[in-house]
Amino acid sequence: MRNVFLFIRRHFNFLFFLVLQIIALSFLFRFNKFHEAAFLNVSTEITGRVNERYNNIEYYFQLKKTNESLVQENLRLRQQLKENYEAPDSIRRLIHDTIRVDSNSVIKYMILEAKVVSNTTSQQANYLTIHRGFAQGVRPNMGVTGPQGIVGSVVNVSKNFATVQSMLHYQFRVVAKLKHSNETGTIEWDGQSPLYVTLKNIPRSVRVEKGDTVLTTQVSSLFPANLMVGTVSEIVPDNTSNFYTLKVRPATNFGNIEYVYVIDNLQYDEQRMLEDSTRKKIQ
Amino acid sequence: MSELLKNTIRFILFILVQVFILFKMPPLHRFVTPYLYYLYILWLPFSLSRASLTFIGFFYGLCLDYFTKTPGLHAAACTLIAYARPFVISILISQEGADKNYVAPSIVSMGWAPYATYVIVLTLLHHTYLVLLEWMNFGSFMYFLGKVVASTAISLLLILLTELLFFRKQKFRTNTI
Repeated sequence: MRNVFLFIRRHFNFLFFLVLQIIALSFLFRFNKFHEAAFLNVSTEITGRVNERYNNIEYYFQLKKTNESLVQENLRLRQQLKENYEAPDSIRRLIHDTIRVDSNSVIKYMILEAKVVSNTTSQQANYLTIHRGFAQGVRPNMGVTGPQGIVGSVVNVSKNFATVQSMLHYQFRVVAKLKHSNETGTIEWDGQSPLYVTLKNIPRSVRVEKGDTVLTTQVSSLFPANLMVGTVSEIVPDNTSNFYTLKVRPATNFGNIEYVYVIDNLQYDEQRMLEDSTRKKIQ
Repeated sequence: MSELLKNTIRFILFILVQVFILFKMPPLHRFVTPYLYYLYILWLPFSLSRASLTFIGFFYGLCLDYFTKTPGLHAAACTLIAYARPFVISILISQEGADKNYVAPSIVSMGWAPYATYVIVLTLLHHTYLVLLEWMNFGSFMYFLGKVVASTAISLLLILLTELLFFRKQKFRTNTI
């Protein structure tokens, strides 16, 4: 016993170093699996405050760009107004029902707006911090979209802030489809350039061209269908596989996001519960 | 200004510079990530004990990690260089007792060549370990090699600039205390 204590005293520095290394590595690898680590909720609140201060200054310099992207979005929404569509025949008139929420249909998606207080694009694991937390109704596993296209998904929430895993994160996956053929594949990021993501699992039998639009589908539980993801910018030839690897340019410019919308899928829990119980029944 | 106050201010400044300037910059290339924050550990005084140095390294890395949402990544690398620092210094220190006569490692206290070696060795160690941890869940071997080399080069350039801009004068203290 005495020798054990002597050993510890003699090699105290090295053992202390080992203990700290083990703590650090366990934080790192546990975090990558479950998106949660010691004190991350508390620290998000603190770093969120610092980021907010910084963002208040940075926001001012980006006002012009923010304004432009909001004007663009307004324009797109205005084009969808009922008044823009005119029925050609006066006898058989086409009537648009603009009130979607009638007694038969149930609202599935709720949308919250949120300000981005921190954002990176230079890492391999990029995150955004937004100024909305569980006090405002944000939960993990909600989709996040910007004015131009989808941005990512919520992975962690504190009281007033939430961490969003950006589309530019090597673990981010989302199901997307080609607008042209409705063929679905998976969007991933290979970590190389923040300007491009990859769309995989599109069979070679489908005709794909440069500039094709990539949209979200209702298969993904994060996003409603037909939100913009990006456009195909390059078709990488790979003769060894039956699937295309498509380079997609995201519609969102990750360099200057100021506002995002958090999409709350109100039926997410129900769907997840059903799927889980089905999986249990089969086993 | 006392050493403690000076180091506390440095602690905050280095983290803010790393998070809000160097990480915010659009990357030149995916291999080039400029790191400067660990210079704080290289500038810590000689008088700190080995255990407290290791602990400061861990705590400092963890503080940065909470900003980048990668708990443990920078903490592990900082602990390693903080632990290795005394060994490197004891090999490189040129004149006997320089670590008693001066406060902290610098060009003045160690001399140009030993100080440069000290910085290069610890920078390489830090980057290799950091990128290795990143590489474990991501990327290829070329990514690992390229990123270590490119990031080390840009970091050394940044350190050189910092040393020239903020030249640290150090008084020679005789050991007749």
